[in-house]
Amino acid sequence: MRTETPNIVLKTDKLSIGYRKKGISQVVASDIDIEIKEGELIAVIGVNGAGKSTLLRTLSGIQPGLSGEVFISDKKISKIDPSELSKNISLVLTEQLISKNLSVLELVALGRQPYTNWIGRLNRTDLKKVMHAIKLVDIEEIRNKKCHELSDGQFQKALIARALAQDTSLIILDEPTTHLDLFHKAYVLKLLQQLSRETKKAILFASHEINLALQLCDKMLILKNKKALYGQPVDLIQSDSFKDLFPSHLIHFDKESSSFKIK
Amino acid sequence: MLNQQKYSIALVFLFLAVILTALFNISLGSVNIPISEVTASLFGFETEKETWKYIILNYRLPKAITAIITGSGLAVSGLLMQTLFRNPLAGPYVLGLSSGASLGVAIVLMGASVFGATFGAILLSEWSLVIASSLGSLLVMFAVILASVRLRDTMAILIIGLMFASLTAAIVSVLAYFSPASQLQQYVFWSYGSLGNLSWEEVSILSVFWFLGILTSIRSIKNLNSLLLGEQYARSLGTNINRNRFMVIIATSLLAGSITAFAGPIAFVGLAVPHLVRQIIPSSNHITLVPAVIFGGAILMLICDTIAQLPGSEYSLPINAITSLIGAPVVIWLLVRKRKFNF
Repeated sequence: MRTETPNIVLKTDKLSIGYRKKGISQVVASDIDIEIKEGELIAVIGVNGAGKSTLLRTLSGIQPGLSGEVFISDKKISKIDPSELSKNISLVLTEQLISKNLSVLELVALGRQPYTNWIGRLNRTDLKKVMHAIKLVDIEEIRNKKCHELSDGQFQKALIARALAQDTSLIILDEPTTHLDLFHKAYVLKLLQQLSRETKKAILFASHEINLALQLCDKMLILKNKKALYGQPVDLIQSDSFKDLFPSHLIHFDKESSSFKIK
Repeated sequence: MLNQQKYSIALVFLFLAVILTALFNISLGSVNIPISEVTASLFGFETEKETWKYIILNYRLPKAITAIITGSGLAVSGLLMQTLFRNPLAGPYVLGLSSGASLGVAIVLMGASVFGATFGAILLSEWSLVIASSLGSLLVMFAVILASVRLRDTMAILIIGLMFASLTAAIVSVLAYFSPASQLQQYVFWSYGSLGNLSWEEVSILSVFWFLGILTSIRSIKNLNSLLLGEQYARSLGTNINRNRFMVIIATSLLAGSITAFAGPIAFVGLAVPHLVRQIIPSSNHITLVPAVIFGGAILMLICDTIAQLPGSEYSLPINAITSLIGAPVVIWLLVRKRKFNF
């Protein structure tokens, strides 16, 4: 039963993100008001150090916000216990120390942990969801390979499959396209778009691939000057949100082609 | 699915190998007893010679059980530490347990010369070494747990464990420096480790600790698997990182602490067995690895102990030397042959 208006998966209310050091708050960005609905693909962009990772960490509950609130399906994130949260948000992270001795199948199967029993045995439903996730990202042929045998692109797909197997309404990815060549960058982002359409999961990812994101995303979140600009790519272009994203003496945003150009 | 069936067969073979090596271990020694007589006496039947039964039930069997407990316990702690710290060089003693134990023993054995003769006399009873070594381990364990509760970074605990090891080793050196040769020799003999000399009473106490430690380890299997993805992923899968870390440290302390107390510091087994097992069963799943490592540790220890007894001779070698003498070449050979390191 799907209602006409899509469900809101995540919502923030005047969220302020940053760090607390010795009682002093260091605000990275403030007054963030966003709504993420099911089936949406959303890119978080901003220059290095703009706070993309901090935002993702706050939205996924790893790090508390400085003020304001994050709601996961109408529940305050700080009130959700970790095992419950793990059924709502799954992550795809970069630069993690993943044991490369895991096979792709084992890696994806670990996504089922929130649902398995005390020792982690997979039942029939778990196996079905694992196989389905593997099929969705099209890595069936390499499912018995060890992770150290995979190319960066394949490994990224396996990680995405793991997040899918976790069966959450929201998937958060931190720079899923780093280390990939242009083709695989486009491929992975296109895959994410496809997955958000097919599975009705909301997918939020941080990326430096602004040109690709503009073409693929339903919405974008720009972190700039400690503020967040949120909306559909067309509207963001109209409101000149991209104009001063980078120092303008080197690159500028060309409204005609909706892309950044070198001066 | 997940090669689980293949691994189950391997586990059955490993278990059979434990029984086989245990029988050989009991059968071989200064007096060699035929395997048939060994099984006969184990099942309560009469043996050809009455002395054989006496030897088996009072010396060989408790020693074999001690070998199984020490081997499996140390191997499991090694596996726990390697997964917790994501470090292939970690072993049961990275938390400084053995150095704590050696400090306790060193104080008992060599403290007399430093603190005065009466002190030494009070402490030297039958159980004194076990108690001293337990107290030493406990001291270091509490320090590490205290640190682990305050620290958020798992790697920092590794460093703290190493620091405690250096600290206690330094104190032991100072004690040794002032000790007469005879006491120093006693300490050196303790550090060789020993599986024999344990009464049934001691074996049963040790097995209680072993059982608790293994249970705690089994309880951590699911969380250990999630740690294979790194702490952030583990957390996102609902794993309580701090509680799991605490459980794993407790399990290791129960296992390695009690084993060191009764059998001395036995090197190498804990570090090597997980690697040996991973060469045979190339899985990362702790559901498979934990039982495999239990069996593998027991097998290695039984073999090493059999060799250390120098079957047919009056002499025996220090077990601590044998574990490395046998184990190190095997690990090297396996790694070179496979040219690939599974971790």
